[in-house]
Amino acid sequence: MIKTDIIIIGAGPTGLFAVFEAGLLKLKCHLIDALPQPGGQCSEIYPKKPIYDIPGFPEILAGDLTTNLLEQCKQFKPGFTLGERAEKIEKNKDNIFIVTTNKGTKHQAPIVAIAGGLGSFEPRKPSIENLSFYEDKGVEYIIKNPEIYKNKSVLIAGGGDSALDWTIFLVNMGTKVTLVHRRNEFRGALDSVEKVRELKNQNKVDIITPAQVIELKGKNKVESAVISKENNEILEIQIDHFIPLFGLSPRLGPIGEWGLEIEKNSIKVDTFDYQTNVPGVFAIGDINTYPGKLKLILCGFHEATLMCQSAYKIINPNKKHIFRYTTVSGVDGFDGTRKEAEKPVVRSLND
Amino acid sequence: MSDIKISIKDRENKTHEILAPTDMSMNLMEVIRSYELAPEGTLGVCGGMAMCASCQCYITSNHKIDDMGDEEEAMLSEAFNTKANSRLSCQIFIKKELDGLMCEIAPEEL
Repeated sequence: MIKTDIIIIGAGPTGLFAVFEAGLLKLKCHLIDALPQPGGQCSEIYPKKPIYDIPGFPEILAGDLTTNLLEQCKQFKPGFTLGERAEKIEKNKDNIFIVTTNKGTKHQAPIVAIAGGLGSFEPRKPSIENLSFYEDKGVEYIIKNPEIYKNKSVLIAGGGDSALDWTIFLVNMGTKVTLVHRRNEFRGALDSVEKVRELKNQNKVDIITPAQVIELKGKNKVESAVISKENNEILEIQIDHFIPLFGLSPRLGPIGEWGLEIEKNSIKVDTFDYQTNVPGVFAIGDINTYPGKLKLILCGFHEATLMCQSAYKIINPNKKHIFRYTTVSGVDGFDGTRKEAEKPVVRSLND
Repeated sequence: MSDIKISIKDRENKTHEILAPTDMSMNLMEVIRSYELAPEGTLGVCGGMAMCASCQCYITSNHKIDDMGDEEEAMLSEAFNTKANSRLSCQIFIKKELDGLMCEIAPEEL
């Protein structure tokens, strides 16, 4: 059981900044995110795109903003549960929240802050009629353990970086790979495209384009795939695994079933402190809604800041607290570091 | 008068005749969202960067629309439910030449 003061669901910019604001109030945070890396949309969808409306940054790449936010909050030593989706939230007899992930990791805290952005990122699945039947029976959307594909026959579908990168990786590992894409052109880093072309010229990979997988066959697990080519040619190939790699798309997911008031696919909050209808559960950033809501990173920062003030009062109901400026009070990290403004040197001219 | 008329069929097959301003640098995805013709969070998810295909629509009139850029073409090549007249509505900018445009919002990818 991971114990902390605030469980933050979602490690995007809002969640990361909440760690900093909580840290100023000496509250510890632990972040849970379905993606394997922090940054949320900023690292998953548009890391190389510039953002122009972060105060103080005339222009910053989304990926750099994530790096900076991680640097800013690292002194408060946040914990991370990455690559796992927050699945269930419940309260124990002491009124403490327990958040459990899809992999069974349990987290405990008196406060939960949902900073889930657009929801958790789930693999986009092609529309093949019997696809779900074969899930975990030869159909995988994310490659977790490449070893299982050694000396097997694998069909990969997709035309982006992950389809190309995994093709290269698996071929080099000794897997028989067939790559199917709906166009002749691939959308990936130039050197990945070149490498795959090289492998094709060496007959180390079968590439079928423009084509798509239309049917899977097999009694208890995937045994073959039917592929339709653009010229209406149909072919069937024997395979052990089918890996469709069509990217990820966000879904509200289990959060929608946590008894929170939902409006327009977002969580309704009180703008006093961004608390939901469940006391102790807050929603900040793109995932919440209230009159006048704007889905902007800078609004998420503001919401995170106010949320932390309320969280402090819930955790420390009898402790006196006064809001202070970092310029005046400095910042004491949980790692023993201290940042503070240099003291002005005052000297008399007569010395 | 800087508005143009656009006919949009939503995902429930209901057709809406709407007015879109040509002087607000809006794209078709933003127009659809401003009229709330698709549930929040199901259209224009990436905000209009051609990085998701949630705003895919089918153009059903014969208007001459600007050619696709590389990003739009690449995204549509990976999208589902595509047809020959598929476009990402976030890449179609509202201008007076599009007066009378007719389109249909593609089904949500599930």
